[in-house]
Amino acid sequence: MHTKTLTELKAGLANRDFSSRELTEHFLARIQQYDGDLNSFVTVTDTQALAQADAADAAIAAGKAGLLTGLPIAHKDIFCTEGVRTSCGSKMLDNFIAPYTATVVEKMAAEGAVMLGKTNMDEFAMGSSNETSYYGPVKNPWDLERVPGGSSGGAAACLGARLAPGATGTDTGGSIRQPAALNNITGLKPTYGRVSRWGMIAFASSLDQAGPMAQSAEDCALMLQAMAGHDHRDSTSLNEKVGDYLGALKDDISGLTIGIPEEFFPDTLDGAIADNSRDAIRELEKLGAKVVSVSLPSIKLSVPAYYVIAPAEASANLSRFDGVRFGHRCDDPQDLEDLYKRSRSEGFGDEVKRRILVGAYALSAGYYDAYYRRAQQVRRLIRDDFARAFEKVDVLMGPTAPETAFKLGAKKDDPVSMYMADVFTIGVNLAGLPALSMPTGFINGLPTGTQIIGNYFREGQILNVAHKYQQATDWHKQAPAFGGAQ
Amino acid sequence: MSWEVVIGLEVHVQLNTASKLFSGSKLSTGAEPNTQASLVDLGLPGTLPVVNREAVRKAALFGLAINADICRHSVFERKNYFYPDLPKGYQTTQLAEPIVGAGVVEIQLESGEKKDVRIHHAHLEEDAGKSLHEDFHGMTGIDLNRAGTPLIEVVSEPDMANAEEAVAFARKLHAIVTSIGICDGDMSQGNMRFDVNISVRKPGEPLGTRTETKNLNSFRFMEKAIALEVERQIDVLEDGGEIVQETRLYNGDTHTARSMRSKEDANDYRYFPCPDLLPVAITDADIEELKAAMPELPDSRKARFINDYQLSEYDADLLSGSIATAAFFEAAAKAGGDAKLAANWVMGELAAKLNAEEKDIAGSPVSAEQLGQLIARLKDGTISSKIAKQVLEACWAGEGNPDDIIEAKGLKQMSDTGELEKIVDDIIANNAAQVDDYRNSDDAKKKKKIGFFVGQAMKATQGKANPQQLNKLLQEKLQ
Repeated sequence: MHTKTLTELKAGLANRDFSSRELTEHFLARIQQYDGDLNSFVTVTDTQALAQADAADAAIAAGKAGLLTGLPIAHKDIFCTEGVRTSCGSKMLDNFIAPYTATVVEKMAAEGAVMLGKTNMDEFAMGSSNETSYYGPVKNPWDLERVPGGSSGGAAACLGARLAPGATGTDTGGSIRQPAALNNITGLKPTYGRVSRWGMIAFASSLDQAGPMAQSAEDCALMLQAMAGHDHRDSTSLNEKVGDYLGALKDDISGLTIGIPEEFFPDTLDGAIADNSRDAIRELEKLGAKVVSVSLPSIKLSVPAYYVIAPAEASANLSRFDGVRFGHRCDDPQDLEDLYKRSRSEGFGDEVKRRILVGAYALSAGYYDAYYRRAQQVRRLIRDDFARAFEKVDVLMGPTAPETAFKLGAKKDDPVSMYMADVFTIGVNLAGLPALSMPTGFINGLPTGTQIIGNYFREGQILNVAHKYQQATDWHKQAPAFGGAQ
Repeated sequence: MSWEVVIGLEVHVQLNTASKLFSGSKLSTGAEPNTQASLVDLGLPGTLPVVNREAVRKAALFGLAINADICRHSVFERKNYFYPDLPKGYQTTQLAEPIVGAGVVEIQLESGEKKDVRIHHAHLEEDAGKSLHEDFHGMTGIDLNRAGTPLIEVVSEPDMANAEEAVAFARKLHAIVTSIGICDGDMSQGNMRFDVNISVRKPGEPLGTRTETKNLNSFRFMEKAIALEVERQIDVLEDGGEIVQETRLYNGDTHTARSMRSKEDANDYRYFPCPDLLPVAITDADIEELKAAMPELPDSRKARFINDYQLSEYDADLLSGSIATAAFFEAAAKAGGDAKLAANWVMGELAAKLNAEEKDIAGSPVSAEQLGQLIARLKDGTISSKIAKQVLEACWAGEGNPDDIIEAKGLKQMSDTGELEKIVDDIIANNAAQVDDYRNSDDAKKKKKIGFFVGQAMKATQGKANPQQLNKLLQEKLQ
């Protein structure tokens, strides 16, 4: 059962080939058996999962199945789940049980999804390798000595190893797409504002966006259909009609114009990475797409702009973790300052501290104009670059990540080289555009991914292009040897 | 050469919306700690703010009331600092693009002189919670009921030259915000809080270093605190010292102030636009709608009082200054059928009793209708003003409506000439010596000496004799 896609499992449930309880028990058993090596889950919610599965079976029997009824889903541990610990990968929230549930989780549950548990992640979503998690690094199922990417590394790894058929992720600078590429799965970051941020612990509020991760674009369309929508509790959630993502999969892509930003294929890029993405684009040409070259001249500034804006927002977003109301509190605080200093020093890991410091510095008196304001100006330039490109093309394509999964610890002491892992994904977040990463081949047995970027609210089109590609190829069907995933 | 005082005010006005600025929690005073604090107010991870349009509307209404420009796209920013009663570690406020731009408030001084105080801007922001230091055994308790309460902070230019002007400005602001219904104006509940920036200089010199005295919550304390700080600054400077830029805290009970923090301790608040909130859009149509719905402002109310009720400028100013007083006065005038009498009683006897018991006019035990009834009886001669005071006392004590009290206590003025004449005859007959004395006095002395007979008559009638009638009768009979 675990090799099947969500779409196939949904059909199997409808056909009574198996029950949701059987399905759920199967995945729980796989997690039990293999996650010790992988470390992709922080919390497994067996009891609740089985209760939800039974409810789903009853709903199916009553002919009241929703979009996701009975399908096991793993939620990134950044989404608040009432009654279940939400750690955000941090010691700070190791003891935190939210008294409410995130909109994403709530909407998926309303459509009948079964929550398997909460997946491991970089601490507060800050990282590209999942090594910053308080719960230890997640391993890449394609090579247990390598990282799964991040920050949604637990989600990507559990999908790659087929410990879950679908997972939620969040993407602030590439946190869905980069791990998707490194684990040979499909992941979509929707348009900023398409999916509610209510209940999703904030890293960088103007960039954070939740999205689906699964084996195929079709599965992502199914999940997004349940996740998307306006939420009055999130002022930045957009009151725009939710598209028919499943319906859009069938659209013909002949005549589609694909733009190839020259900046996504720099001379310094690993030739094999470039080749895999060029092959994928050629495949789409065979299906009738046209290809043109475009330029995004300001995109080279995206990493520096991002590493001002994201830490600046994070520095304020993480101020609420002060040891006063929830989360880690140091033992025997001597006074208020001691309470703050020790609670935060003990509760946060190094990368989080680094970003708080960088962010606070960028916002401080005398530096605001030089850093924060300029970064916002760069952000506008990047947005304008994309807008100009979308006057000529339907989608933009290029490699998702500049390299395949690297060894655990390889970049631990070199934050800047770690930050470059997101060089192709960050611009999309700064512009607020939707983008998807899909598997497009291997290098030395390690997966590579290609990114499809669409215009605002064109998730349907991106999913359509990826789906057509996946119907013509089988890269996305490759699974690692680990855990009998194949 | 004397010193020149320069004062500017920052006033926090608590908006009387149904819910908080960024959450659906109710605003309430006196609720059990942390019972009016939602997930958002607690700053729980993953929660997000949604701006309360009613608060935006009220802030814009204030802007229009002071003839200020309303910013069409005002921006909320985060002001970052750590404090236990600040749940998110930042306050959501406005800085670069506040909702209300420059405006002006006209004040009137006791001398009759009028003066404009310019408003630099007014911005919307959320209040913090409260730290409770008692009953926690050396620890501090946190009550977040107040956290997220909508405030507008009104920032004046340094246009005031003394405590009188500052208090007049504060009172005028109070009158405006209560008149347009955006604030309950209860100072004892902290509905309005004043921070006063004070500096002194020699005339013609640049501005001196200023200090800020925080959180004054009554006009009286404000006046006293300003006097104290001005005196302190002048003393320091005349002794050759320097003023340190600092925040000071005034203690009304001891009439002393102490330094809270100096500029060196000031935080770098690292303001930046709040990414969780979109700019607050206000359209031309919104503005037109607000203008059409603008309640009567204190200045036009005052003009109306002068015109419609023939009140003096001074009386009109006092009565129009607070919407509660104005409404009380108008209701009493209407019920009593005499505006001048109503004005006198509201500002005189009633105000004295309210002051003595530290009561607000809204909480007056005597209603406007009851005062009106009293005035009507005074006007139609049923009771004298002396008896009227007695009736007011009884009414204050809850003994019923003036008509019932007059009836029950038999306080009706004795206007029956026959009955009064008999009493006067008796007094004249029983006080021969005084009568002789009176008759042998010159006119000037007679005027004084008639008082004896008036007193006797009042005693005999228990004060119910109609004074005019009595005087006339006595003068006739004693001739």
